[in-house]
Amino acid sequence: MTAETKQAAKTLEVSDKVAVEIVNMNKWFGTFHVLRDIDLTVYQGERIVIAGPSGSGKSTLIRCINALEEHQKGKIIVDGTELSNDVKNIDRIRSEVGMVFQHFNLFPHLTILENCTLAPIWVRKTPKREAEDTAMHFLTKVKIPEQADKYPGQLSGGQQQRVAIARSLCMKPRIMLFDEPTSALDPEMISEVLDTMIELAEEGMTMCCVTHEMGFARKVANRVIFMDEGQIVEQNEPEEFFNNPKSERTKLFLSQILGH
Amino acid sequence: MSQSDTSFVRRDMLPEAPPPVAETGVLKWMRENLFSSPANSLLTLVSIFVLYQLVVAAAPWLLNGIWVSPSLSACREILGGEVGACFAVLTERWNQLLFGFKYPEELYWRPGLAFILLFVCAAPLLFFKFIPSKFLVLTGLYPFVAYWLIWGGTIMVPVFALLGVLVGAYVYNKTVSASAGMAVIAGFAAALIFWILSGYVTTPMSGFLALQPIDSRDLGGFMINLMLGVTCISLSVPFGILLALGRQSSMPIIKWICVVFIEFIRGVPLITLLFVANVVLGYFLPPDNDFDLILRVIIMITMFASAYIAEVIRGGLAALPKGQYEAADSLGLDYAQAMQFIILPQAMKISIPGIVNVAVGLFKDTTLVSVISMFDIVGMIRGPILASSEWNGVYWELFGFAAVLFFVTCYGISQYSQWLERQLQTDHR
Amino acid sequence: MTTATDPPRESFRFSQLIYDTRYRSYTFQFIALMLLITLFAYLGSNLVQNLAEQGQDISFSFLTEPAGYDINQRPIPYDSQSPHLRAAFVGVLNTLIVAFLGCLTATILGTIAGILRISPNWLVRKLMAGYVEAFRNVPVLIWILIIFTIMTAVMPAPSAFRGEDSASSMLFGAFAFTNRGVYIPAPIWGPGSSVVGLTFLASIFGAIYYRRYATRLLYDTGKLLPMVWPALVILLVPTILIYFILGRPITFDYPALAGFNFQGGIQIRGSLIALWLALAVYTGAFIAENVRAGIQAVDRGQTEAAASLGLRPRRIMNLVVLPQALRIIIPPLISQYLNLTKNSSLAIAVGYMDVTGTLGGITLNQTGRAIECVLLLMLFYLMISLAISAVMNVYNKSIELKER
Repeated sequence: MTAETKQAAKTLEVSDKVAVEIVNMNKWFGTFHVLRDIDLTVYQGERIVIAGPSGSGKSTLIRCINALEEHQKGKIIVDGTELSNDVKNIDRIRSEVGMVFQHFNLFPHLTILENCTLAPIWVRKTPKREAEDTAMHFLTKVKIPEQADKYPGQLSGGQQQRVAIARSLCMKPRIMLFDEPTSALDPEMISEVLDTMIELAEEGMTMCCVTHEMGFARKVANRVIFMDEGQIVEQNEPEEFFNNPKSERTKLFLSQILGH
Repeated sequence: MSQSDTSFVRRDMLPEAPPPVAETGVLKWMRENLFSSPANSLLTLVSIFVLYQLVVAAAPWLLNGIWVSPSLSACREILGGEVGACFAVLTERWNQLLFGFKYPEELYWRPGLAFILLFVCAAPLLFFKFIPSKFLVLTGLYPFVAYWLIWGGTIMVPVFALLGVLVGAYVYNKTVSASAGMAVIAGFAAALIFWILSGYVTTPMSGFLALQPIDSRDLGGFMINLMLGVTCISLSVPFGILLALGRQSSMPIIKWICVVFIEFIRGVPLITLLFVANVVLGYFLPPDNDFDLILRVIIMITMFASAYIAEVIRGGLAALPKGQYEAADSLGLDYAQAMQFIILPQAMKISIPGIVNVAVGLFKDTTLVSVISMFDIVGMIRGPILASSEWNGVYWELFGFAAVLFFVTCYGISQYSQWLERQLQTDHR
Repeated sequence: MTTATDPPRESFRFSQLIYDTRYRSYTFQFIALMLLITLFAYLGSNLVQNLAEQGQDISFSFLTEPAGYDINQRPIPYDSQSPHLRAAFVGVLNTLIVAFLGCLTATILGTIAGILRISPNWLVRKLMAGYVEAFRNVPVLIWILIIFTIMTAVMPAPSAFRGEDSASSMLFGAFAFTNRGVYIPAPIWGPGSSVVGLTFLASIFGAIYYRRYATRLLYDTGKLLPMVWPALVILLVPTILIYFILGRPITFDYPALAGFNFQGGIQIRGSLIALWLALAVYTGAFIAENVRAGIQAVDRGQTEAAASLGLRPRRIMNLVVLPQALRIIIPPLISQYLNLTKNSSLAIAVGYMDVTGTLGGITLNQTGRAIECVLLLMLFYLMISLAISAVMNVYNKSIELKER
C-alpha cells in the first residue's frame, strides 16, 4: 500500500445515515452470556474493524447482524429494517448484507461463476444473462475472471476468498461483514485478499471486519472496536486506538499481538 | 577446515535423470507377489490347489453341457453317464424364467420392449454428464410408459397418473416459498386429489387406446425382480430424502415421526413387512379396494428401502460442513432453495456409494417375494419348473443361472457407481 | 419497511403463523400431527370395518390354545399339545441358535478373508476378492437354497451307509453326512465331568491372569516373557490331566445306523446347516470388507510413526494398527450381526422352524390371526435390534470416553 492510497482510504466520506443500529443487544449460548449490552451504530460508508481475544464474542456479534445467530434481547436494525422473527424480514436483510467467512464456504459442487450467480438468480430474480455479466464484472474486479469456469477446489485459498467476496458483491449488498477473512490463509495469500478489501473500502462500501490484521485496521478503518468478554471495551479512531489505548485490557491485547 | 568450505552456491541446475534400471519381468513379479516368504509360498500353493479343484469339478460339467433337450431324463441319455450340465432347462423354460408362466406368450414383446426402453430412458440419468439434460424428460416419462406396456389397459391411466404428478409439482412450486414442509404436503395432497378425481374419467374410458390388460397375478419371473427393484428404489430415493430431512429437522414432532418410522422399519426383517403386505395390509385398506398383491408389496418394499436410504442420506447431510448451510443462509436463500441447490447436491454425492449399496441389497431382496408365493425367478424355479416332471432335479443349472443373473446385474451396478464416483471426483481436483 | 421503533407485537396477524419464526414451526408441526392422526384414524376405521365384515376380532387368546403341530428341532420340551406361545418360544430359541452360530462363523470367516484380502500375495488377494464379490452380489436366499440342495439332494441317504463296502462311510467313524442331516457324536456327561469343566474354567482365568502378569512384569521390570505358548499350556494341560486322572468322565454317544436311519448322537438337520452356512458365508463376505476397510483406514502415518520408534511389524500390528482398526470395524460388525439375525427369518424358505416359521408361519396359517402374529413377530425382531443398538451405544460410549 502506498501512502497515497492510504490517504485516500482515510479521507473517505462517512455519511450520517445509519446503516446498522444495535441497541442494548444481549445473547446467550445456553447459560453462557456471549454478548452483553452491545450498543453500536454503524454509519453508511464506515469501515469498522472489530478486534479482541478469541472467545470475546466478536464473530458472534457480526453473525447476529446477519441473523446467522439469533439475539435474545435488544434490537438490531439493519438498513432501516428491524431484525424480527419474520422469515421474509430475515431473508430480506440477508440479501442486503454480504458475508465473507473465515473458511470461504464456497459451494464446492458449483463452478466459480455458478457460485456467483446462484443467489442473484434465485433470490434477486435477476435474469441469468444479466447475473452472469454482473458476476464477471465482480470477478474481474477481484482479478480472477479467467477462473470463472473452474471449481473452488481447483483454486488457492486466497483466490477462493476473493471469489467469496465477489459472490457476496454480486448480491449488490449495502453492508459487507467479514468474519476473520484472512485467518485460514497461508501468509503469502493474505495480502491479495486484503488488497481486494481495501479497494472495496475505497469505493465507499460499509464494512464490518473481524480481523487480527492490525495493519489493515490502521490503513482502512475509521473506527476500531475492541471487545472482551462479550462487551465493547473500547472504540476509537485507529491512530488513537493503537498509539494511545485507554483500557488496560486493550493495552494487554495490543502488546500481545504487536509484541513481536 | 575453513568457514568458507561449508558455503555452497549451485550454478547449474541438475537435469532430470532416469531411475536406475530396475529388475523387471515375470520372475520378479512372481517373487514379489507370490513367493515373498515361506508362508506366502504356502498360501500360493494352497490357492492354486483350491483353484485347480474348482476347475476340475466345474469344467467338464460346463463343457459337456447339453443345451437342447426336452427333459432331464433325455439329457441324461444324451450324456450317457458322463458328467455334464443340462442347460436345456434354461433354453426350454427361458420365457418362464423371465416372464413367469401366466403372461400371455404373444405379448412377451411388451415387457421385452419395456426392458429395452429401461436402458434407453435410464441413460440420460445414469450418464447425465454426457447426455443433454433435456433427454431427462424420457426418464421421467418411462415409468408411465412401462406401466402401460406391462399391465396394458387404457392409456388414460398412465396419462392421468402423469398429470397428477405434474399437478403436485405445480402446487409444490407455487407454495414452496412460504414453507417447504407444507409445500410438500400440499403437493402430495393435490396429486392425490387429482388421482382420485381422475378415477371418474378413466373408468368410463377403459377402452380408449387400450392394450390388452394383464392381471398382476399373471406377472412372474425375473421381470418381477427387475420391476420391484427399479420401482421401489426410484420411489424410495425421494421418500428417503424427505425422511432424512425430517430426521434432521429442529421441529421435535416432525423429527420423532421420522425417527420412529425409520427405526421401526430398520428393526424388522423385510420378510415380516412382506407378511404385512400379504396378509395384514388388506385389513387397513378400505373394503373393496383394488390394491392387488404386487401393489401392496411395492408399498411395503418402498417403505423398507426409504428407511435405509434415509439413513444413508442423513450420513451425507451430517458430513457437510456447517459453513455450507451458513453460506447459503447468508446469501438469503430460503430453506427449500438452500436444500435444492447447495445441500442436497453435495449430500447426495457423498451418499452415492451408500445408496447403491441399498439398491443392490434391495434388488437381491426382491427374491424374498417367493416366500409369500409370488412367482419371481426364485419362485418360478422352486415352483413350476422344479416341480414339473421333465425338470425335477436340475438344481445346479437353475440356481446357477439365477445366481449369475443377479451377479451380473449387481456387480454391474456397483461398478457403475464406482465409475460415477470417479466422474464426480474429477470435477473438483 | 418498518421504522426503528418497536414493532406492534400485540397485534397478531394470521400470516404470522406462516412467516414468523416463532410460530411457523408450531403451525407446521400441528398440521403434520393432524395429518398423521387422520391417517391413523382412517386406517383404524378401515380395520374395524374389515374385521366386522369378516366377523373377526383382535385377540391374543389363541396363544394359550394347543398348537397342534410338531417342531422338529426342540431346544426345550415341546409337543403338539403345547400352546402356541410355547411354539413361538421354541421358534425364538431356534432363531437365536442359528443367529449365534451364524455370527460366530461369519466373524471367523470374515476376519480371515478380510486379512487375506490385503495380503501381499496376489493370488490369495484375487481369490478372496472373488469370494467377497460372489457372495455380496447374489441374494442370500439363493445361497440358502443352494446349500439346502446340497444337504438334501446331493448327500447320500442313510441307507447308503449300509453293508460292508457301502457307497458312503462315516467320517472318522463319528460323523455321518446324510440327506436327513448331519449326525455328530453327543457328549455324555458322566460323574466327575463337572470337575473337568470347572478345571477348564479355572484354566481360562489362569491364562488371562498369566498374560496380565507378563504385561505387568514388562512394565515394571522391562522383562519380556513369552506370551502365547505358556498361555496355551495353562489353558489346556490341567484340563487334559484331570480328564485322564478322573478316568475319562466325558464320553461320546456315537451315531450308528439302525434300520433305515441313524440312531444316537446329535442330528443337525439340513435346514439348520443350510441356513447357518449360507448366512455365515454371506455375512462373512460383508464382514471381510469391513475388516479390510478398517485396517486400511488406519493412517499410514501411524505405521510409519511406530516403525520410526523401532517397533517390529508384528508389534506394530498388535499395538498400533489393530486397536485403532477395531474401533472402525466393530460398529459395522455389530450391524452385520443384526442383519444376519434379520436374514435368519429366511428360515421359512427351507423349513427351519425359527420364530418366523412357527409364529409367522404355521401358527398364523392355522389360527388365521394374521395381525396378531405379524405384530408379535415384529415386536420380537424389534426387541432384538433394540438390544443390539443398545450394545452398540455402550460400545460407542466406551471408545468415546477413551478419546478424551
